[in-house]
Amino acid sequence: MAVDTVIKTDNPKKRMVKDMWGRFVQNKLAVVGGIFIFLLIFMAVFAPWIAPHDPTKQSYEKFLHAPDSENWFGTDELGRDIFSRVIYGSRVSLEAGLISVGIALLIGVPIGLLSGYYRGVLDEYIVMRFTDAMLSFPPLVLALSMAAVLGAGLENAMIAIGLVFTPNFIRLIRAEVLSQREREYVEAAKASGISDFRIIFFHLLPNCLPPILVQATLSIAAAIIAEASLSYLGLGTQPPTPSWGSMLSMGQGYLDTAPWIAIWPGVFIFITVLSFNLFGDGIRDALDPRMK
Amino acid sequence: MLSFIIRRFGLMLVILLFVSIIVFSLIHITPGDPARMMLGQEATEEALQALRHQLGLDLPLYQQYFNWITGVVQGDLGNSLKDNSDVLQVILQKLPVTIQMTIFSFLIALMIAIPAGIISATRKGTLWDYGGTLFALSGVSIPPFWLGIMLIFFFSIQLGWLPPSGYVEPWVDLKKSLLLMLMPALSLGVRLSAEITRMLRSSLLEVLRSDFIRTAYSKGLLERGVVFGHAIKNALIPVVTVSGLQLATFLGGAVITETIFAVPGLGRLVVTSILTRDFPMVQGAVLFMAFMVVTVNFLVDILYSILDPRIKLEGGKK
Repeated sequence: MAVDTVIKTDNPKKRMVKDMWGRFVQNKLAVVGGIFIFLLIFMAVFAPWIAPHDPTKQSYEKFLHAPDSENWFGTDELGRDIFSRVIYGSRVSLEAGLISVGIALLIGVPIGLLSGYYRGVLDEYIVMRFTDAMLSFPPLVLALSMAAVLGAGLENAMIAIGLVFTPNFIRLIRAEVLSQREREYVEAAKASGISDFRIIFFHLLPNCLPPILVQATLSIAAAIIAEASLSYLGLGTQPPTPSWGSMLSMGQGYLDTAPWIAIWPGVFIFITVLSFNLFGDGIRDALDPRMK
Repeated sequence: MLSFIIRRFGLMLVILLFVSIIVFSLIHITPGDPARMMLGQEATEEALQALRHQLGLDLPLYQQYFNWITGVVQGDLGNSLKDNSDVLQVILQKLPVTIQMTIFSFLIALMIAIPAGIISATRKGTLWDYGGTLFALSGVSIPPFWLGIMLIFFFSIQLGWLPPSGYVEPWVDLKKSLLLMLMPALSLGVRLSAEITRMLRSSLLEVLRSDFIRTAYSKGLLERGVVFGHAIKNALIPVVTVSGLQLATFLGGAVITETIFAVPGLGRLVVTSILTRDFPMVQGAVLFMAFMVVTVNFLVDILYSILDPRIKLEGGKK
């Protein structure tokens, strides 16, 4: 019976989704952000076809070349084409953003759901205090320390960033579950004898998805900056793989002779992060117009 | 009020206990041998054994933690692997530099954010508002290290107005100290100013919709009088408290900013210690930063309850 009740509410849900979509497309900045994200994904997926040169190919005749018709963004200190490296760098940034947030979701969602649903001593004295403690660390410092302990490299940087972001998701989902668990549909599900597992993962989780989606989108933006920061400090992506953060770090030494090395990766990080922020803000406003 | 402070203090101690466990785990529970991590792959077995014994790594884990935390409580954060210097002493030497930069960037952030937030809220829906919103979004999206590099490029290399990097104590040469601090503080402050602008805008918009503001207008007060005489006081409460809670982000940002501008503060200490694998220093500095954040959060919570008596704090009702 309770399942029927849930299914019957599908139509208003469809209407709600339609309303949200209507509100989202009205937000021009969010749409622009979405288009940029699509273009970035396209660029990352089709990098071998878009990039005019091999991003790791060195050319000693062309080192520190200013931008021209052949090398649109110029070349670096080893004669590598900056434009091609920026195109390939988008792969690293998007991968880092998505996988780090994926790790945070994978750990944070179940803990937040269980903690919020069962509450009790474990929730109050262990999970919450642990997240309080994790949130007391400057995020970048914690990510740096973890990456240093795990060892330099993109995979470890993504794990470190994911772990640092996890407490935010635990708190968000727990808070959402606390407000949802008192709703009638949960009471109805309990009364009809549905197991806790089904209630948590098939009833509560879908209702917690909207804020998770917003937080995840905004966290991708933060994760991209975090990965670029770790790469800038030498603990993220290792050479010769092109990454925007390490390109910036290299470029800083040539600011007076070849500023284009540092300018372009930064412009792309900025556009990418701004796009995710605009897109995330748009989703949030569409889901809850009162927050605008 | 007193019972709230006591309860909140107790909570702070519990959080600090968890903080210490996390910092301890960073080095001791992660896979791999901490001694090898510190000395590198080339280290001999004798050197590894000696270091394990020196650091007490051959003891059971709980005993290692107990020994370490006992030292921490007594102010002993250990010694640097690099030059055997006292970790706490080094941190306390670097701390004033980071505090100076933090205060400077905080002032810059407020100087940008307060006018921007007020204009955005009072001119809602106009070009001013869109400009303020775009600034706020750009400010939180711009990578701080790129902003720092671009500031050096424009103001030092292109225009030659400011020295690119370095640090001079203010009591040695105040003018040079301020000039050197300007770009690091700006690159660190822009993000905070963007966040405060967003927060102040939404907080002020909410206050401007309140009944007491309508009453103020109905009494014939001008907009300036209403905004500055009534609305701003209430709108600034969440801004002040949340700004205080931004310390963690600030300290994280300092890591990058101090590295770019060669500022010898706490952030740069963390980076150089990580790169030289000086783990006792990393452990000490990270613990110290978290301790600062927890303490400031505690003080902000107390300040919050004093600033806004309407807020009933959990368990703090009479």
